[in-house]
Amino acid sequence: MVLLALALALQTTPPGEDPVDPYPHSNANAGATPFKGSAMLAAFHGRAGVDRIADDLVTRIVIDPRIADILKGQDEVRLRRLLKEQFCYILNGGCGYSGRTMREGHKNLGLQTADVGALVEDLQAAMRKEGVPFAAQNRFLAKLAPIKRDAVER
Amino acid sequence: MFRHFQALVVCALALLCASPAFAGELRQGGKLMLTSGVSTVEGSAGGGLATWALIAGNETDAGIGGSAHATIVALPDFDLKSVGGAIGLHNRVEFSYAHQSFDTRRAGATLGLGRNFTFGQDVFGAKLRVIGDAVYDQDRVLPQISIGVQYHRATKSAIIAAVGGKHAQGTDFLLSASKVVLARSLVLGATVRFTKANQFGLLGFGGDRSDAYHAEFEGSAGLLVSRRLLLGAEIRTKPDNLGFARERKAVDAFAAWQFERHLTVTAAYADLGSIATFKRQRGAFLSLQASF
Ligand code: HEM
Repeated sequence: MVLLALALALQTTPPGEDPVDPYPHSNANAGATPFKGSAMLAAFHGRAGVDRIADDLVTRIVIDPRIADILKGQDEVRLRRLLKEQFCYILNGGCGYSGRTMREGHKNLGLQTADVGALVEDLQAAMRKEGVPFAAQNRFLAKLAPIKRDAVER
Repeated sequence: MFRHFQALVVCALALLCASPAFAGELRQGGKLMLTSGVSTVEGSAGGGLATWALIAGNETDAGIGGSAHATIVALPDFDLKSVGGAIGLHNRVEFSYAHQSFDTRRAGATLGLGRNFTFGQDVFGAKLRVIGDAVYDQDRVLPQISIGVQYHRATKSAIIAAVGGKHAQGTDFLLSASKVVLARSLVLGATVRFTKANQFGLLGFGGDRSDAYHAEFEGSAGLLVSRRLLLGAEIRTKPDNLGFARERKAVDAFAAWQFERHLTVTAAYADLGSIATFKRQRGAFLSLQASF
């Protein structure tokens, strides 16, 4: 308990990001368990490829007319960092995930199933651009898909 | 039999109106490519021959969608055509309709019916997604499960009676399970259909050999090759009720290509087996579907 309080107190806001209310840190917040082995990371062209995909994804979603409104005024710097961490963590790239749970991170956004569909299509486009083989794209999407239940407002 | 159909429709609508998504603003589209299936010859969401648990249309739980299809199966001695459509409500309920015509071409003369004698039927369907999400529930084994009912009304009742068919109308009851296994890029489906139909209902329902409901199987398996292309195969077993001609299973191997968000073309090699004593009815299945 003391340790947790200490950890919470020690949270600092990375440069360029807005502060968020303290929350308990855990890799489990990523909402998916990592792959084993290094094949998936290789299919995504390593850490550099993962970073390119996450960056490209954010660049796409903020101009996607289906969901751009939801992302207006949000902390894009933090979102980029945490998506990179989350993807790298799930792809077993040796990262930890330091963000909030998927339920906490999306609460009050009023997300709908169709918003997740739009994001998935943007992610597919980003993975395609990076040249990730289609079967590996699907394996990754299979990990992310259940997050929909936490992200979408009920 | 029509009563069963009505009961399901009423029950489906009651469930739909009770769901929270119904209260909000409607929203167009939102389903991922190929995840509303194509259209079966009966108008329902499925493969070409096998019914899937998926609900027609591109809508999500927040919207209304639909599909329209035109299909031709060109066989050595016959042509089967189907045109129809389906409406999907909140990815929960589907209503479908198809009109089928079955042109006997020259075989019609051989059968004593006259050249180009054409059987026909109307199929009215309703489907309710009961549980599961075929696409998003990737952490669960549970597939998407739907129940359905199809009311068939065949046009040529006199001929149907003459070949031993007991009824020109029939109601099928369906239980379907579908699952996209994303980690393997697979799309799997299985349906049990309780039916008396002879040749999909074109030759009526029940016959001199049997007038009981039979549990028949419709299975399909496909591989997602790209986000637009699904390659697969289907099997559909059928009752064998008529003494004058054997009826066996239908199988096909298909490619469904969603070349545009609202348009999917399906091409297949279909083997419908023996039809009205004409053996080896194998040929091309071609279907165009528009969806919104
Ligand atoms: C299943 C797919 C999704 C995944 C894996 C995902 C992942 C993430 C992650 C890792 C965060 C950071 C959480 C944090 O700030 O601690 C986040 C936040 C956010 N996500 Fe998502 N997300 C998904 C779906 C969506 C969708 C569909 C939208 C909207 C179109 C969306 C919009 C946002 C926004 C606006 C934030 C920032 C919230 C804030 O700063 O308070 N997300 N998401």
